[in-house]
Amino acid sequence: MSDAELLALSAAGALAAIAAGELAGGEVFDAYLKRARGDHEAGVDGLNCFTWVARGPADDGSSERGDSPALAGLPLAVKDLFCTEGVPSQSGSRILEGYLPPYTATAVSRLTAAGAGLLAKTNQDEFAMGSSNENSAFGPVLNPWDRERVPGGSSGGSAAAVAAGLAPWALGTDTGGSIRQPAALCGIVGMKPTYGLVSRYGMIAFASSLDQAGPLTRDVTDAALLLSHMVGQDPCDATSLASPEPIRTPFGESLAGVRLGVPDELTGEGIEAGVMESFNGALDSARELGAEVERVKLPHAPHALSAYYVLAPAECSSNLARYDGVRYGLRAEAADDLLQMYTRTRHDGFGAEVRRRIMLGTYALSSGYYDAYYGRAQRVRTKIAEDFRHVFGGVDFVVTPTSPTVAFKLGERTADPLSMYYSDYCTVPMSLAGIPALSMPCGLSEGLPVGFQISGPAFSENRLLDAARALERALAFDGGAARV
Amino acid sequence: MIDRDEVLHVARLARLALSEEEIETMARELSAVLDHVARIAELDLSNTPPTSHVVELTGALRPDVPRPCLPRELALAQAPSVADGGFLVPSPQA
Repeated sequence: MSDAELLALSAAGALAAIAAGELAGGEVFDAYLKRARGDHEAGVDGLNCFTWVARGPADDGSSERGDSPALAGLPLAVKDLFCTEGVPSQSGSRILEGYLPPYTATAVSRLTAAGAGLLAKTNQDEFAMGSSNENSAFGPVLNPWDRERVPGGSSGGSAAAVAAGLAPWALGTDTGGSIRQPAALCGIVGMKPTYGLVSRYGMIAFASSLDQAGPLTRDVTDAALLLSHMVGQDPCDATSLASPEPIRTPFGESLAGVRLGVPDELTGEGIEAGVMESFNGALDSARELGAEVERVKLPHAPHALSAYYVLAPAECSSNLARYDGVRYGLRAEAADDLLQMYTRTRHDGFGAEVRRRIMLGTYALSSGYYDAYYGRAQRVRTKIAEDFRHVFGGVDFVVTPTSPTVAFKLGERTADPLSMYYSDYCTVPMSLAGIPALSMPCGLSEGLPVGFQISGPAFSENRLLDAARALERALAFDGGAARV
Repeated sequence: MIDRDEVLHVARLARLALSEEEIETMARELSAVLDHVARIAELDLSNTPPTSHVVELTGALRPDVPRPCLPRELALAQAPSVADGGFLVPSPQA
């Protein structure tokens, strides 16, 4: 099989070819290794997707292979913030530069046990705080559709690598949209599962009540396949849950009898005209497949961003207290005493956005402000979850555009934190409610991909993937143009 | 509006050094975000309980069985400075 034919295959397609004896798993790894190394070594002439790339299949960090290698040695790109034993895991931060963890995250070790090979670690916003990948200590990632634009964030390296065909699939994490928004901006599929479905053990923490790992893939079938090997309860994460049923291959062809709710609050003002046009086109396709589309109300959704920008920074300020220059990572030299060592290390090691969020979170949790900010935000969170529960009494799924805009230009939003935060307007409500949501490409606007978001009740992953698969067949989006 | 003194107070709580220029920028940016966030004060939340966890979760504790812990040399391997089998830090009092 030629490299071009191999590159045209989805991960599931490659597995089918391996099963049919047309291809060996090692060939797939080698082909992607060459491509990933090429981007990594190109420096500023590449997309800057990776912070580390394997030297060869033997260097994949997966010494404990399972007996039945379901994933047949297929290469996997992993967001930098997943700990991988002996392989740099730096969460896009200077404060963790060169950090080699002594253990591997459960999500990653489950996948390598299923036969995946670690191909590369992907660039990301520092500690997953950002929506453009411009907050990385390793420099920005470029969008393969247009190199003057951002890939989205915080899983920007994972999204760009999959879109550009530098990895067949990748792991990301989503706190307020960090899988779905970059998937949308890069024209691929990204899924945030129900909170707790995938263990957080070994994920370098940002906001623990929201962080969730998930797949970034070329299509819906690959998303289901990758997720199926990640889920499950883990004694090392007390918030992880047993999946009520295995994640299976989606087989949706029709949407007959499926009710889709379109919330007024997330499809009105502030959504770019081209994005709405593409979104409405996808709704027409859904109707043709038999879906019933109706307007619904999520009255508290407009307050989700406000609640999120209290809760996520509050949890971040607590989680990031561990970076003190004592046990690992950067230490500022020439401090007079212990306190000065702490404060200088943290100043030098954290980037501007991380410092801002630590300050915001510390303020919101400080004496005299706790009830007004954190306490109220946790009540807004209850309201948002109630809104979804109410809506899911009448419809199967809530659908929205994933991102209010297509990929924006590098530097366009860095000067104004609020304009950057607004990128997550349509994705944050689902994060606060802990429910699963998937972004899939639904078309182009001005030559750039538009994402269509489908979310369902907790643990509705299989139904949600079926619906997404049916819609995907009808939309027939072709992302081949982004492959470099 | 967050003033300079408040920024310095919060930075002290967060163990974060800030340059003069950064104090000014931080005051401006935190104020902008907090103004936005303050919109949740408009909502009537008097009868709404705070969310403590998003999904039903019971019996999350695992059996309390001793397991091997991280070996000392591995725990110290990534430290910027070590001495006598422990982490070496500057004195708390200069």
